[in-house]
Amino acid sequence: MSVVALDSVSVAAGGKTIVDGVSLEVERGEWVSVLGPNGAGKTTLLRVLAGTIGFRGEARLEGRSLGRLRRRDVARLVAVVPQTPVVPAAMTVAEYVLLGRTPHLSPLAQEGAEDRAAAAAALARLELEELAERELGSLSGGELQRAVIGRALAQQAPILLLDEPTTALDIGHQQQVLELVDELRREEGLTVVAAMHELTLASQYGDRIVLVNGGRIVAEGAPAEVLTAERLEALYGARVRIVGEGRELVVVPVRPR
Amino acid sequence: MTTAREHELPAVAAPRVGVPWTLVALAVLLGAVLVGLVVGPVPISAGDIARSALSRLPFLDVSSPLDAAQSAIVWELRFPRVVLGGLVGGMLALAGASYQGVFRNPLADPYLLGVAAGAGLGATLVIVNGTSGDGADLLLPLASFAGGVAAVVAAYLIGRSVGGGRTTATLILAGVTVAAFFTAVQTFVQQRRTDTLNEVYTWLLGGLTTAGWRDVVTILPYVVVSATVLLLHRRTLDVMAVGDEEARSLGIDVTRVRLLIVAAATLGTAAAVAVSGLIAFVGIVVPHLVRLVVSSSYRVIMPLSLIVGAAFLVLADVIARTILSPAELPIGVVTAFIGAPFFALVLRTTRSGA
Repeated sequence: MSVVALDSVSVAAGGKTIVDGVSLEVERGEWVSVLGPNGAGKTTLLRVLAGTIGFRGEARLEGRSLGRLRRRDVARLVAVVPQTPVVPAAMTVAEYVLLGRTPHLSPLAQEGAEDRAAAAAALARLELEELAERELGSLSGGELQRAVIGRALAQQAPILLLDEPTTALDIGHQQQVLELVDELRREEGLTVVAAMHELTLASQYGDRIVLVNGGRIVAEGAPAEVLTAERLEALYGARVRIVGEGRELVVVPVRPR
Repeated sequence: MTTAREHELPAVAAPRVGVPWTLVALAVLLGAVLVGLVVGPVPISAGDIARSALSRLPFLDVSSPLDAAQSAIVWELRFPRVVLGGLVGGMLALAGASYQGVFRNPLADPYLLGVAAGAGLGATLVIVNGTSGDGADLLLPLASFAGGVAAVVAAYLIGRSVGGGRTTATLILAGVTVAAFFTAVQTFVQQRRTDTLNEVYTWLLGGLTTAGWRDVVTILPYVVVSATVLLLHRRTLDVMAVGDEEARSLGIDVTRVRLLIVAAATLGTAAAVAVSGLIAFVGIVVPHLVRLVVSSSYRVIMPLSLIVGAAFLVLADVIARTILSPAELPIGVVTAFIGAPFFALVLRTTRSGA
């Protein structure tokens, strides 16, 4: 059974169709990277899966219809690492990670021992122990991204959505974050759906690449099948050369002469 | 037996008001209440008041040292006024903190969505249309309460029709719009009757002058319900600090929670305004004071704002009724005159190193 199943999902806002009849299935433990030019509908597609935007069509998480799930139940299935998280600067890392327990608490309750333990485990897993009492406003970009992933991990949801998780990180931290997510995926059995910006990194980490444009899926498959020079030129209006093969693809921009 | 692995895990605790700060806040409140009971034109000592209080308790063989007149001054004039000041101050501070949290706007105050303008219009209509008769002093709070609630409902409906209730900015703009409109109507009504101008202004500037036990009884249910609902949402407000979209992805029904918190804060504020007029500054200064000195978590800000707001207004009222005695200064003048410099000082000390 697919963990995520979208069937002819469409989202319209302000008279404009942002996601247009997308059907997609994701298996348990799979990493699917969603690629596409700016404005292709990547973020909106993730918002459909997170249950934070209305849509037409049918979406199922763990076989349950998304439209019938309560918001809390969705949050127990799906954890989100947003592209640009809203950061309450004076909140400590530990308090922030504890927020991930929200869907497991009854609406007006405070965290119990189990929640504190889950947050502590998430902090330890992301090697955030030293930073636990630091305020979010004082963290570097890479540290902050780990805190955000820590919050998602404390949520203990089987599906992890990442919206361009490496934007604003340098190449070293990009690698660290993606390696970390891949480790979590393997060790915790998570299913990962990630909107990606960086084509080369997407080819290295995704099992499968879904290429979207204008709200539709235009190509889908293994990185080497999907990432071809012709297709990227058509989609991004970019002139590129693909170097390497298999999981070692590099997308090289070619300067027009 | 604990395993080695468990020893390595960091200690994680949810933010809460610790015992020391609770004691400090309660001590400040108790001090304020004592000052409120002792200070006045008729000198009555704190010891005599304490013994008089004990004499009212059953099973204690303490006789009151106060004569009938003194007893009436303490228990029928000063005490209800202190209690009312505490309820109003605590309510305004708590509502202010709630608005700041739910709109993620540090400048939000209890009057953000037009409660003040609506209540002002309601009160002005009653004052201008004659205040004689026994029903008038009941009608005034009722009209200001209704006006305040009506203004916020109007703001909410306008905001929702424009922004689908999703963005806080449209709601705040709708509040500004409604407030401007209600204020215009209120000024129009007020200017047509110059003979009642003084009374209208006195009400607008706020005061606890008519305070008696009846005012306390009138607003108590609203304050209790409102404060309970708001305090129960203290963790939710911490979650909402990460913004609507992320709060939703954490399982919070943001639109519904915001409506509930706005409704509760409005109810409490309208009740407070109905008996005390428009008291400025409490709802914005007290929560920020707690935020700067103690913690930025709403699990700390909300309970402490309730207590500190109560103490602040009780003390402000003591100043308001003594400084020009036997005349009374509007309490809103005192809260701003004392509150603003004090807050500036706190702002300087806590932010200068940062």
